[in-house]
Amino acid sequence: MDNTMTHWKFPLLVSRDRFRDELRMNVNQHTRMASPYGQPQPGYGQHGYAPLDGGYLAPYNGPGSAYQTGAPPQGYTPFTTFPYKAVTAHPVSDLSSPLDLGPTRGPPTSGPPPASAPQQYNQYSQSQGDIQNGPPSATQAPPRSAVSQPYNQGAMNLSGQRFSYPQHYGPPPTMQQVTNQMTGMQIASGPPTPAGPGYVPPHSSQPPVTTAYSATPLSSQTQAPPPASSASTQLPPPTGPAASQQYYGGPPPSSQQPFNSSLPPTSQQQFTSSAPPPPPQQTLPPSSYSGLMPPPSQAPAPPASQPQQAFLPTQPPFSSAPSPVSQPSFISGPPPPAQGSFPPTAPPPSSQPGPFPPLGPPPTSAPSGHFSGPMPPQQQPPLSQPSPYHSGPPPPRAQMPPTSMAQSNHLPPGPQGPPGPPGPLQQPPSHPGMQGGYPPQQNGAFGQTRGPQPGYAGPYPGQPNYGAPAPAPAPAPPAQKRLDPDAIPSPIQVIEDDKAKTTEPFTTGVRGQVPPLVTTNFQVKDQGNASPRFIRCTAYNMPCTADMAKQCPVPLAAVLKPLATLPPDETPPYLVDHGESGPIRCNRCKAYMCPYMQFIEGGRRFQCAFCSCITEVPPHYFQHLDHTGKRVDCYERPELSLGSYEFLATLDYCKNNKIPQPPAFIFLIDVSYSAVKSGMVGIICQELKTLIDYLPRENPEMESVVRVGFVTYNKVLHFYNVKSSLAQPQMLVVSDVSDMFVPLLDGFLVNVNESRLVIESLLDQIPEMFADTRETETVFGPVIQAGLEALKAADSAGKLFVFHTSLPIAEAPGKLKNREDKKLIGTDKEKSLFQPQVSFYNTLAKECVAQGCCVDLFLFPNQYVDVATLGVVPVSTGGSIYKYTYFQAQSDQERFLKDLRRDIQKPVGFDAVMRVRTSTGFRATDFFGSFFMSNTTDVELAGLDCDKAITVEFKHDDKLNEETGALMQCAVLYTSCSGQRRLRIHNMAINCCSQLADLYRNCETDTIINFFSKYAFRGVLNNPTKVVRDTLVNQCAQILACYRKNCASPSSAGQLILPECMKLLPVYLNCVLKSDMLLPGADVSLDDRAYLRQLISCMDVTESHVFFYPRLLPLMKLESGSLPVAVRDSEERLSKGGVYLLETGLHLFLWKKASVQRELLLNIFGSQSFNQIDPTMTSLPVLDNPFSQRLREIIDSFRAQRSRYMKLIVVKQEDRAELLFRHFLVEDKSASGGASYVDFLCHMHKEIRQLLS
Amino acid sequence: MATYQEFIQQNEDRDGVRFSWNFWPSSRLEATRLVVPVSCLFTPLKERPDLPPVQYEPVLCSRANCKAVLNPLCQVDFRAKIWACNFCFQRNPFPPSYAGISEVNQPAELMPQFSTIEYIVQHGPPTPLIFLYVVDTCLEEEDLQALKESLQMSLSLLPPNALVGLITFGRMVQVHELSCEGIAKSYVFRGTKDLSSKQIQEMLGLTNSAPLGQQGRPLVPQDAAAFCRFLQPVHRVDMNLTDLLGELQRDPWPVPQGKRPLRSTGVALSVAVGLLEGSFPNTGARVMLFIGGPPTQGPGMVVGDELKTPIRSWHDIQKDNARHLKKATKYYEALANRSAVNGHSIDIYACALDQSGLLEMKCLSTLTGGHIVMGDSFNTSLFKQTFQRVFSKDYNGDFRMAFGGVLEVKTSRELKVCGAIGPCVSLNSKGSCVSENEMGVGGTNQWKVCSLTPSTTLGIYFEVVNQHNAPIPQGGRGAVQFVTQYQHSNTQRRIRVTTIARNWADAQTQIQHIESSFDQEAAAVLMARLGVFRAESEEGPDVLRWLDRQLIRLCQKFGQFNKDDPASFRLSESLSLYPQFMFHLRRSPFLQVFNNSPDESSYYRHHFVRQDLTQSLIMIQPILYSYSFHGPPEPVLLDSSSILPDRILLMDTFFQLVIYHGETISQWRKAGYQKMAEYENFKQLLQAPLDDAQELLHARFPMPRYIDTEHGGSQARFLLSKVNPSQTHNSLYTWGQETGSPILTDDVSLQVFMDHLKKLAVSSST
Repeated sequence: MDNTMTHWKFPLLVSRDRFRDELRMNVNQHTRMASPYGQPQPGYGQHGYAPLDGGYLAPYNGPGSAYQTGAPPQGYTPFTTFPYKAVTAHPVSDLSSPLDLGPTRGPPTSGPPPASAPQQYNQYSQSQGDIQNGPPSATQAPPRSAVSQPYNQGAMNLSGQRFSYPQHYGPPPTMQQVTNQMTGMQIASGPPTPAGPGYVPPHSSQPPVTTAYSATPLSSQTQAPPPASSASTQLPPPTGPAASQQYYGGPPPSSQQPFNSSLPPTSQQQFTSSAPPPPPQQTLPPSSYSGLMPPPSQAPAPPASQPQQAFLPTQPPFSSAPSPVSQPSFISGPPPPAQGSFPPTAPPPSSQPGPFPPLGPPPTSAPSGHFSGPMPPQQQPPLSQPSPYHSGPPPPRAQMPPTSMAQSNHLPPGPQGPPGPPGPLQQPPSHPGMQGGYPPQQNGAFGQTRGPQPGYAGPYPGQPNYGAPAPAPAPAPPAQKRLDPDAIPSPIQVIEDDKAKTTEPFTTGVRGQVPPLVTTNFQVKDQGNASPRFIRCTAYNMPCTADMAKQCPVPLAAVLKPLATLPPDETPPYLVDHGESGPIRCNRCKAYMCPYMQFIEGGRRFQCAFCSCITEVPPHYFQHLDHTGKRVDCYERPELSLGSYEFLATLDYCKNNKIPQPPAFIFLIDVSYSAVKSGMVGIICQELKTLIDYLPRENPEMESVVRVGFVTYNKVLHFYNVKSSLAQPQMLVVSDVSDMFVPLLDGFLVNVNESRLVIESLLDQIPEMFADTRETETVFGPVIQAGLEALKAADSAGKLFVFHTSLPIAEAPGKLKNREDKKLIGTDKEKSLFQPQVSFYNTLAKECVAQGCCVDLFLFPNQYVDVATLGVVPVSTGGSIYKYTYFQAQSDQERFLKDLRRDIQKPVGFDAVMRVRTSTGFRATDFFGSFFMSNTTDVELAGLDCDKAITVEFKHDDKLNEETGALMQCAVLYTSCSGQRRLRIHNMAINCCSQLADLYRNCETDTIINFFSKYAFRGVLNNPTKVVRDTLVNQCAQILACYRKNCASPSSAGQLILPECMKLLPVYLNCVLKSDMLLPGADVSLDDRAYLRQLISCMDVTESHVFFYPRLLPLMKLESGSLPVAVRDSEERLSKGGVYLLETGLHLFLWKKASVQRELLLNIFGSQSFNQIDPTMTSLPVLDNPFSQRLREIIDSFRAQRSRYMKLIVVKQEDRAELLFRHFLVEDKSASGGASYVDFLCHMHKEIRQLLS
Repeated sequence: MATYQEFIQQNEDRDGVRFSWNFWPSSRLEATRLVVPVSCLFTPLKERPDLPPVQYEPVLCSRANCKAVLNPLCQVDFRAKIWACNFCFQRNPFPPSYAGISEVNQPAELMPQFSTIEYIVQHGPPTPLIFLYVVDTCLEEEDLQALKESLQMSLSLLPPNALVGLITFGRMVQVHELSCEGIAKSYVFRGTKDLSSKQIQEMLGLTNSAPLGQQGRPLVPQDAAAFCRFLQPVHRVDMNLTDLLGELQRDPWPVPQGKRPLRSTGVALSVAVGLLEGSFPNTGARVMLFIGGPPTQGPGMVVGDELKTPIRSWHDIQKDNARHLKKATKYYEALANRSAVNGHSIDIYACALDQSGLLEMKCLSTLTGGHIVMGDSFNTSLFKQTFQRVFSKDYNGDFRMAFGGVLEVKTSRELKVCGAIGPCVSLNSKGSCVSENEMGVGGTNQWKVCSLTPSTTLGIYFEVVNQHNAPIPQGGRGAVQFVTQYQHSNTQRRIRVTTIARNWADAQTQIQHIESSFDQEAAAVLMARLGVFRAESEEGPDVLRWLDRQLIRLCQKFGQFNKDDPASFRLSESLSLYPQFMFHLRRSPFLQVFNNSPDESSYYRHHFVRQDLTQSLIMIQPILYSYSFHGPPEPVLLDSSSILPDRILLMDTFFQLVIYHGETISQWRKAGYQKMAEYENFKQLLQAPLDDAQELLHARFPMPRYIDTEHGGSQARFLLSKVNPSQTHNSLYTWGQETGSPILTDDVSLQVFMDHLKKLAVSSST
């Protein structure tokens, strides 16, 4: 039911989004399509296509190919992306507005929000646009272009699936199916390329793309009627141009009329833009919002028909170029089929189909119009509208487009719809305008959309639309007081779309695919590139030249997590042993053997893919080549066929050419007064007794070879001799902290099993011994020195676990003074507070790294402890910091113990060196994370565990080649926990593009945010936070402005156009800007900020995402097997009487309204009254009801996902703790002055406009 | 009147005093012409079973810079209840408690037989004795085991209330906390870092937990015990400590091939001294250092850890090639001084085959009155019994040791104190009786003797300051008072006062008296001490020349001869043995470094300057007994002629006991006659020296090295190196006798020595 429901809804919702998306998508798509496609897809596509062609696809292929050809530049990416994006876009958009739309859908009757109905109407009225939008949303497009690529690759498969799809999937799955299909489509399109050419010429790459998308969408949607639809769609493409035009022409008008107010203008504009649209656009731009608004009004009138029309029109756009518009274009191109297909997806498939076809024609005309010019107007309008909202997503959604076509129209409305009411600002006016002429409607977005169209007209006609949507807010601000939150890109929507879109395992075989979002559960199949769990890039399509890169300051970076833990269903990297001579490497650049190496001369030599140097293949490694030039044993050797694998290192790779000793863990426990008093000491000692049995090991059957040692300290250090031959442990006190040394050798580091009795006796006695301590002063530097010296003496690498409570004020090296000075915050001197007080720790860190001594620091402060300084060593040695402020045994014990357990047990490598090699043309220039660097290339990590990520920034130093793409190889040399020296290799190939649009279509916002946050958090060391914030905003604005200027079709300056892939950039960026680090509230201590700073520095994308945009789940209804759909982090989203769960990766809140239903309380807390609930509880009572069980399951699963245990905080409305909770509602204004999402979007728009002017 | 011999003996028995001259020349000029200074050997705690201590405090002269103790030499006005100080002539009233005093009711201190009297001072809490073991763990397993056993055994010998502590060291230094249950706790110091006393106390956590005793006032023991976890009463930690010692492991740090183990002796001592200094200043304490090799790292390092660099030899020292010598010596001297100031003594028990750095470290014991014991291994009876003997008890069941002694010397006006030579340090007390002319440790009339045994003997040197033109009335007497305050081993504070007087004699008119009052034994020892004292700082040959010159001058002064006629030279009986002593002294290891390592020289000298007269004489001129079928055992000349085939010789050099079987005896023994019933007498003959040796062994501290050898045996060298080489490979046949055994040496024999002496003495050119 649900699925279907969503399905239905989606179409509607999507439709709106689509527009936006499509618009953007078009843009993106075009670019993508162009270059990437050609190369990569060919192979894939062709194969895939074949089947397709055979089937109903045949027609498709035709069109697709045609498109593609046209698209070639945008190429494959676009295809893939488009479809996906389109889909995603829609979904996203849907998500944002889903509720509303859903309802509207009626069929969607299920659709929750009745309110939506009006919207629907609007949408309808606006034209099918809305409706269409719905679909896209349904598809829940994974905005990622990556997806699209997979599709391409998978194309073959997909195509096959597709066929099955219709049957298997049925409507419900459609969303996903759609995507798949989409992919298939693309693939199909791939082959079509040939046809494309013909096609293309006119629309250039874009059209093809769109076609492809459209086709895909269609197919997906059509599922039921695949053949027909496909056929139709395909057919249309070929005819595409004309047809589309017709559509435009035909439908546009019609659509416009319906849309008029809303979409039409935009879409048309876009299209027009390409051709004649300009005028309309101009008019429209201003009313982009209004435009949206109008739709509603219009909607009512021509709902049903419009949708159809919308579809049609949309398709045309796609076909035309608008691939961005994707849907539209699709519709247009394949209108008939597409529509057909869409319809199916659309809730009312049956009915729609019919309508669509008809629409189809119009759309077709429209598309043609796009292409031709005349038609565009109609489509454009819709597009533009949608695009604004989805600006980001569009490209990916491109696929969606088919559905979106309609949606695209909707999009504008969508936004409007929801906002409709709110939208009033512009909308009202727009309506009139819209109606009158599209122009007015579009005012804001629309207008822009139109703008885009013009621009678009050329290459990315549709794009403008994409971008367009967003702008609306900006312009609106003045007029509108406030943007409708539902009208702006919704993270939740994007996330859900991506989830829905991702049904297939992600295969890494194709270069430059954008992987699914981090919030999506997906399986990865390593086919030659590293899994996204190991490497995620900000852009999967790098600009070819430094100039381009400079022009659009999208950071080129990768987030590496070399030792990431893989889910059980994925194979960990294979261990390869190349024998005594060690791994095979390139002679010159020393790159390791990998799938990119080209074997020549019959296999006697190989050419390095990184530096082109030719190296002899050692005799023992020789193997013949097959007819394709691949080694015969290619698939038997991980290093020739996989993206990630490990080499067994030889003595040459060991320190001093000696086989490393097994690593050691040393526990250093503060036993000063506060530590004992808080119960920390007792807890640790108790826990360690069991934990020592869980030291990391490679084979669970074996005993761990890790040795352990114990030290306690306050002002002096106590070492313990726990040699197995002793009857009782011996304590050795070292008071000479000024010149630390290790007082014993034998008996300090011991094997757990041999010395178990002595260790247990020791751990029993430690709390007793210090129970009466009155020592309050502690040292810190000497503590680390002690551990370091111990490791030195044992000649091994290892890890120190330091449990520390207070500012080290005792006389010793590394003594610190309290420098917390609130007055400095916000001043130019603030940065000094994040720099270490003394240089001692830097020197110490260096020594630690040299020895392979990793330091994990557990802090239990009751006051300022200067995390910034204490953290220097952990941060430089690849360690972690855990902070438990005001630690109390009772309430914090569980959290601390879970963290400790995990920290001790987690897989870890020691004494590691990481090097990132790249193919010529670019190189790694900057690194962020917990490590130390003594030169510019080697990242030295005393310890590297499975949770640590390193962000690497790349810069051009030459021109990149589109054909060869950009390769990177990350090699980590480390000592495993069993003392084996190994090399872990991750390879990654990404595409290169000469069109910026391709870049924009293949970005990953989450990763970009990861990079930005690390960049900014490091920036505060040298700059005032204000400057850092401004820099971020500025760069972000430049990125978006660049897109707007170069990729989006021209539109009025008043329109905010966001690339589909980056439509969430503003909201996420705002979260970063509002973070405690960059904009601290009054209650945020310096330590907290320093703590966060280092936390962020080694977060991977998954963690940084949830950290900046917390997950907020409504708990009113829980079902087993699936999580409730999250809601946006805004108070407005919290319904009355609700209970919500919010997680950030660090915090876990259970928030309940005062008016919460009694039943819920009973189910969760077993208590009737709101007031009876103990706010200090940290775990929920175990109640025997399904709800409670499920809730606890959810909480447990959340905790299991995160590297740190989240303590559950129960927050009651109007409770003191609520402030804390509200802090995480990141879309709202923050207490510390952070802008709300809407405000920030407006601000961003203003910035962009300034840049553009 | 008895002979001088008897007088001297009587004085020694009663007061423990032997003066070089028993008539004192009455003027400075005369005194200097006597060559041998007016000086004495004083044994402050000479065992006096017949002397019961009195339970009250001494009566002091009220003059601030005199403070002499009331003694039998004072003039007393019984009616006025007034006494006149015989040193400053101050008239003092008796204290109220002496109200009942009268000619027939005199307090003990006024009776002539109480020229030496001991007071028990009641005030102040008793302070427990402290024993701090400082143990080197860089030993061979066997040695360590033996040492551990000895230490464990010693716990049972300690007084139950004594405080005991343990520091072990190797590469690191560990101070063991003794009062902890369940877990053995110790504080560790890096072996390479010199730490100040304050730092050490801080690191041991001794500074902020309780206020230290004020300067000079020891802590109340209970408090001290409570706050010093490292020193605990034996009875309380007996078991703990026994276990702890039992678990002592060899230093765990690996010793690479070609290296010496790293031994942080310097820091260990520094920590020990710092610990005591912080917690128990001015309390009797004994730091007992057990080492199995030289310090190889950190401050006080004597030799590096590279085995290829041998430890310094005399050769190196003479060539100024001992790079660590000065630094290490300076370091240990500083430590010794600190320790001495606080009244703590340091013993060194060095058992190693090679040198262990005694040369550098000897000052620790020399300045603080500690023992030095040198052996080959801790697993020898020499060490075990010696160590056991440290804790021997006297007739009262008290330990034969006393702590924190302060010796003050007061003289009458004609006399001033030049200095002292012995196990003492100067307290820099510049009284009116201190001479500007220093001999030995001078410039003071008070010395600190941190640890005293009944045999501890100091040489004290005086100067006659009376001018020649201010003659002392006939019958005038000079007096010297020795006031020794110390902590008895039963923790009582005691004061022993010895007051002696000697007649003044005009050297011009009464030279015979003076000559006959000469105590040549005491004079030989006193001169030897001066020589040894000089040898510490001067080149060996210079010292010998100085000694020779003194001897010649003495002979010129007192010899009867015709100018330039050596044959006419005669010495009176009271001086007759003196040249012979000097002859042996010149050959002794105290002045000759040949064939001795620097450590051995230090060891010998250390003991020489602290033993009483008898022992000192034995050291200078070993005693040789001869056993034969020809008669009862008899002492024989220390001469090669005494080495006969049918004799068994027993030589006692103090440091060694050598039993030497003559050639024939040795053959008989090898043939096993002693096992045959019919040769019972031979068996007895063999047994006799063993029994005598046993007796000597028992009385001696430290235990001498016991050597049983025979004619031609390698160890016979001990005997051959000592005897006067009257027959050598050069002279053998000129003498043409079959007796004796030739010594293969180029050393001069006594005869040659005497010939030269006579020649020089009678020479008119000098």
